[in-house]
Amino acid sequence: MSDSMNSVFDSANTFTIDGRRVPFKPGQTILHAALEAGVYIPHLCHHPELKPHGSCKLCTVTVNGRNGSACTARAMPGLEVENDTPALNDRRRVLLQMLFVEGNHFCPGCEKSGNCQLQALAYDLEMLAPHFRHAFPERPVDASHPDVWLDLNRCVMCELCVRASRDLDGKSVFMLAGRGAESKVVVNSPTGLLKDSALSIDDRAAHVCPVGAILPKRVGYAVPIGERQFDQATISHQVDYLARRTIPIKAVEPATETEGA
Amino acid sequence: MNAPRDLPRKLRVATTSLSGCFGCHMSFLDIDERLLELAHLVEFDRSPITDIKHCGPCDIGLVEGGVCNAENVHVLHELRKNCKVLVALGACAVGGGLPAQRNNLDVAKCLTQIYRTESGEVAVPNDPELPLLLDKVYPINEIVRVDYFLPGCPPSGDTIWKFLTDLLTGRTPRIEHPLLKFD
Amino acid sequence: MTDASELPVLLDPVLQRHQSRPDRLLQILRDAQDVLGYLSDETTAWLAKALGISYAQATSTRDFYAFLYRENRGRYRILFSDNITDRMAGNQALFKQMLNYFGIAPGKVSGDGLVSVDLTSCTGMCDQGPAILVNEMAIPRMTPQRVEEVCALVSRQVPLAEWPAELFVVEDNIQRADLLLGTTHQPGEAIRAAIARGRDEMLFEMRTSNLRGRGGAGFTTGIKWEACRNAPGVRRYIVCNADEGEPGTFKDRVLLQSYPGRVFEGMVIAAFTVGAHLGLLYLRAEYRYLRPKLEAYLAEMRAQNLLGKDIGGLAGFDFDIEIHLGAGAYVCGEESALIESLEGKAGKPRIRPPFPVTCGYKNQPTVVNNVETLCKATEIAIHGGAWYEAIGTKQSTGTKILSVSGDCERPGIYEYAFGVRISQVLEDCGARNAIAVQVSGASGTCLSERELGRRIAFEDVPTAGSFMIFDAQRDMFEVARNFAHFFKHESCGFCTPCRAGTALLSEMMDKIAEGRGTQYEMNELLRIQAVMKASSHCGLGQTAGNAVADTVQKFRPSYERRLAQTDFVPAFDLDAALAKARQVTGRDDAHAHLGAEA
Repeated sequence: MSDSMNSVFDSANTFTIDGRRVPFKPGQTILHAALEAGVYIPHLCHHPELKPHGSCKLCTVTVNGRNGSACTARAMPGLEVENDTPALNDRRRVLLQMLFVEGNHFCPGCEKSGNCQLQALAYDLEMLAPHFRHAFPERPVDASHPDVWLDLNRCVMCELCVRASRDLDGKSVFMLAGRGAESKVVVNSPTGLLKDSALSIDDRAAHVCPVGAILPKRVGYAVPIGERQFDQATISHQVDYLARRTIPIKAVEPATETEGA
Repeated sequence: MNAPRDLPRKLRVATTSLSGCFGCHMSFLDIDERLLELAHLVEFDRSPITDIKHCGPCDIGLVEGGVCNAENVHVLHELRKNCKVLVALGACAVGGGLPAQRNNLDVAKCLTQIYRTESGEVAVPNDPELPLLLDKVYPINEIVRVDYFLPGCPPSGDTIWKFLTDLLTGRTPRIEHPLLKFD
Repeated sequence: MTDASELPVLLDPVLQRHQSRPDRLLQILRDAQDVLGYLSDETTAWLAKALGISYAQATSTRDFYAFLYRENRGRYRILFSDNITDRMAGNQALFKQMLNYFGIAPGKVSGDGLVSVDLTSCTGMCDQGPAILVNEMAIPRMTPQRVEEVCALVSRQVPLAEWPAELFVVEDNIQRADLLLGTTHQPGEAIRAAIARGRDEMLFEMRTSNLRGRGGAGFTTGIKWEACRNAPGVRRYIVCNADEGEPGTFKDRVLLQSYPGRVFEGMVIAAFTVGAHLGLLYLRAEYRYLRPKLEAYLAEMRAQNLLGKDIGGLAGFDFDIEIHLGAGAYVCGEESALIESLEGKAGKPRIRPPFPVTCGYKNQPTVVNNVETLCKATEIAIHGGAWYEAIGTKQSTGTKILSVSGDCERPGIYEYAFGVRISQVLEDCGARNAIAVQVSGASGTCLSERELGRRIAFEDVPTAGSFMIFDAQRDMFEVARNFAHFFKHESCGFCTPCRAGTALLSEMMDKIAEGRGTQYEMNELLRIQAVMKASSHCGLGQTAGNAVADTVQKFRPSYERRLAQTDFVPAFDLDAALAKARQVTGRDDAHAHLGAEA
């Protein structure tokens, strides 16, 4: 692929999203091209540094009238994509509600609040309540690792940690096991505990979780509630961030004296 | 707030806290001087503000807290029966909240462990005045039909004000950024 | 409990049988379970180490399949098929009878570690149900007497191999034979005919025939073969999808039992046409009883030079077939999930495209065809595409085998030219009072009385073969509820709408069944189904709500008669929710209860 943007953004290589023309590079997915062009499509299991997965289904759009995941469907010249429509957003709200009731998502007690992508999507789509009957599943917390919490109550089974550990860290610490509603992330260690796994705080798998299931310890409130990623603007207004973010999703820096400077 | 000119009468509002911390009620009071404005438009029925113990026919019922015991169920049913519009106010009413963090513990084991004396004797209080605990803490919409949800722990005074303003002026309430918060 | 030190002695032969290949993990786990009865964490860890894979990978495969057990489920593991047709034939009473006999709860092993009894998804014996599996061996036509007999054999600890053969007899029940079922098979004839035509002409004949896949999706087989042949790749594979899991379908079981020559020769012809050297038959675990016969048949084919090297005397035409066993996962009927399973992994559908024809087994071009489709290829090899194309309808050529079950006098296998009306099938099988026909299984379409004039064809009512009949005494709500439970059990869990949606639908159907439903739930059912249909990753989730949506629309009174006379009822009994607190406080006063009106 050429370095020159002009040569790859051949005029033939465009498609439309809600009527807006979007250029793409051959091989890009619809979501990838959209984010680079500044067009927001809701998503949860996608990360620009990882291979497409297509499990959360929040990015479901219609492509030439047919439903498809924007994160796995390849961009093609002339495609007509519908994205920001009331019907599609209604479906996305239902998917979010499904995710909220199948786990134990208690935002007031979660240190990810404000940086959580599930919560941010819910805010943006104006999801006011989880709506369905809560499953209140029993999922133990694993606090055994010296530097990382594992709280599967908040897991949304996006497998970002599975992919990051396997494809970026080369460790395969996490794996989604089980079936159906009984699916759960398991840790590759003889005891099943994180402390006995190969996970290190420097691993990208320790920082990729879009929700509060995998969290680095001791930095939870270094950035106060109210000053976090999705507090300033809703996620749909942070397309540039979504397109260019790297893992960790947000670097946690110690508080400095330069505030207000 | 500009009330509709032809509003026939003051709307009657009931509020209650079930298994909550009264934080949502405190936040309600945080609308500050707007309370005076509100007082022109609504009158309160059963509420910690009035100390009226039972609810009569109302237009709006605001319910804080989840449902953790038998008394909560009675109160919730009373409000549902009397209010045209029932609102789940805050994280606990919407999703069970903090009290629901006990939901994967066995309530019998919880009680026997908590009321065990040093000598090992178990004496769970059994006064009929005390409401019995349910096996789980339930969001209110799992017990009765709910018309509106206002999340937040607590929802801010501004959020509550926006919600009530919409409701009282006949607009479908809309809560969005930055008023929509789950924490 | 097996001593860890014994594992090498017990399991080395298993590893050797599979050359310690990690991609054969599922087959290895199956064989290890045959030796040990179940796959403890310790066993799984030992196997993972021996195969050089991660423990998490091994557990993820083990925990995915319903027939692989982490804990001891007894030396006799008995499963009652729980399709709606088994229920209609009275399986629930028999299930309870057996549980009572052993004094155990469903899914729990008896104290002496002898036996466990549980329910399982449709085992494909719908024309001769209720059926059970004992250590995956099928026993159809259960009666109270047969339950007694099985219980006695278990109690006396008679080895399964010594049980009366009569118990395991599975009937073909071929009620109407046409082109495929009504002609005699001359071994090798179809292969020789294909070789005589040559690769290009064989492909041309396939395309001319307009044969479409019989597994449900109806993709044109010739185009699939051509795409595989033309796709860049090092090796090509032919996969026969014999994971016939769709509730109510059993025609592939009959084809494998009594027409294996056509199935295998179809695979050979496909291999010849696309240039493949290895074929894999993925046999559902429920049909495990067929395996020895199928292996013997393959051996016979090798002896006759219909498999192996230089097949049919054609130099360089080398092809062989292996049989892989599934382990209880309906989703593996989806072709990419099936390939994942063949590779030893949990059967979760891949992202498509790329499709298996370009990137399938081991990421190589792979043809995945249904059992019946492959049989059809033998007819086309012998008689040519034009001959075949003349049968059936314009878009649905040839014949279709239906698995007929439910309320009729003559359940079994019916072969028709495409285009047959539903009413004709009902007449032929002696169904008098049908109020509904569920065509193409739990994921298919529920047709009501007024639709019985419709035709079986891709252009009208497409089907993978299941044809379940319900008469006026049946409760269509319970039919839909049975299917909702089925999909909850079989959802792979990969995508949100299917994983959570099947659970919610199933829960809501139970709520209605308990008399706690209202119009609210009726609306919710349709809302959830719409999201599942539009957003799910594969056909399972997309179709999982069909039966609910169809019956809500066409048999609404069967739901309505269960609804409560109010606008909302909790999903649980409020008074019962106080029971534990009553017990620890010892209270039983009026305030310790929540009445009906509370």
